[in-house]
Amino acid sequence: MAAIYSLYIINKSGGLIFHKDYGSAGRMDTNDSLRVASLWHSMHAISQQLSPVVGCSGIELLEADTFDLHCFQSLTGTKFFVVSEPGTQRMESLLKVIYELYTDYVLKNPFYEIEMPIRCELFDIHLTQAIQKDRVALTGR
Amino acid sequence: MIGVGKIKQYSNVLDKPLAKGKQEVSLSAFAFLFSELVQYNQTQVDNIAELERRLEDAGYAVGARVLELLCHRDKGNRRETRLLGILSFVHSTVWKVLFGKVADSLEKGTEHEDEYMISEKELLVNRFISIPKDMGTFNCGAFVAGIVRGVLDSAGFPAVVTAHFVPMEGQQRPRTTILIKFAEEVLRREARLG
Repeated sequence: MAAIYSLYIINKSGGLIFHKDYGSAGRMDTNDSLRVASLWHSMHAISQQLSPVVGCSGIELLEADTFDLHCFQSLTGTKFFVVSEPGTQRMESLLKVIYELYTDYVLKNPFYEIEMPIRCELFDIHLTQAIQKDRVALTGR
Repeated sequence: MIGVGKIKQYSNVLDKPLAKGKQEVSLSAFAFLFSELVQYNQTQVDNIAELERRLEDAGYAVGARVLELLCHRDKGNRRETRLLGILSFVHSTVWKVLFGKVADSLEKGTEHEDEYMISEKELLVNRFISIPKDMGTFNCGAFVAGIVRGVLDSAGFPAVVTAHFVPMEGQQRPRTTILIKFAEEVLRREARLG
């Protein structure tokens, strides 16, 4: 069974601009989620320097006992990361889909200020649909 | 050489036939341009009513020009003189050229004689736009309302055109209705024409 625990989007300076919890595990209050976001931002930046491989662009996957963390960084430095159950497949493609939704419903919205928290109704609606579709595709129901 | 046609040279640029133009334009490019238009106008105004008026004025200019172009290119320089004629022209031809499809529906208002409504499930200009809660009933479709007003005004049917969100039961997103309220003289002329 594959499930997503939560989705975070952080801007290029490390501030949390979007956060959504799915499922009952791993829920945090707002302050904690802000801390997780900045923590991940710093870790991502440090890993780029620490990497023995030349031209590394940062952590893409973090595997732990009770969760997996998949991260996607766009060319502009905006990071999308999702905390999911261990062994969940196809999170990279889901992250790319979410990136596309971001470019469509957030960046083309004249009322959205760049780097500010996302408050776009259409983005929420389509995100829910995408996650739902992904869940159905993965679990078959 | 076989198959090489001779391109007819026009001495006067005004004699060249009007090109059909590119049938396809990038939606993303338009969305970004429109988003910037809205943002630019937001910096120039103090309130929402003013912003709506500015978007409408921008659309008015487009409407006037679109009418000229379509009358010449698609209708062979015939002009509409009847109310239903101009309404179906806007509903089908103008919509098809601007948005790639005819409008969803054209209805006559039930309460007033001079009101007509063009409805659309979602206007193309609003496709990527989410209105923040504190902006109330503002609708970027005011741009499209301006286009319709431009077409009607230049065709000799002065009207007041506005765009409204109409919530529908069972649907998450409200429909958009362009409400057209014709001036008195239009109705009198129409009655006279019989």
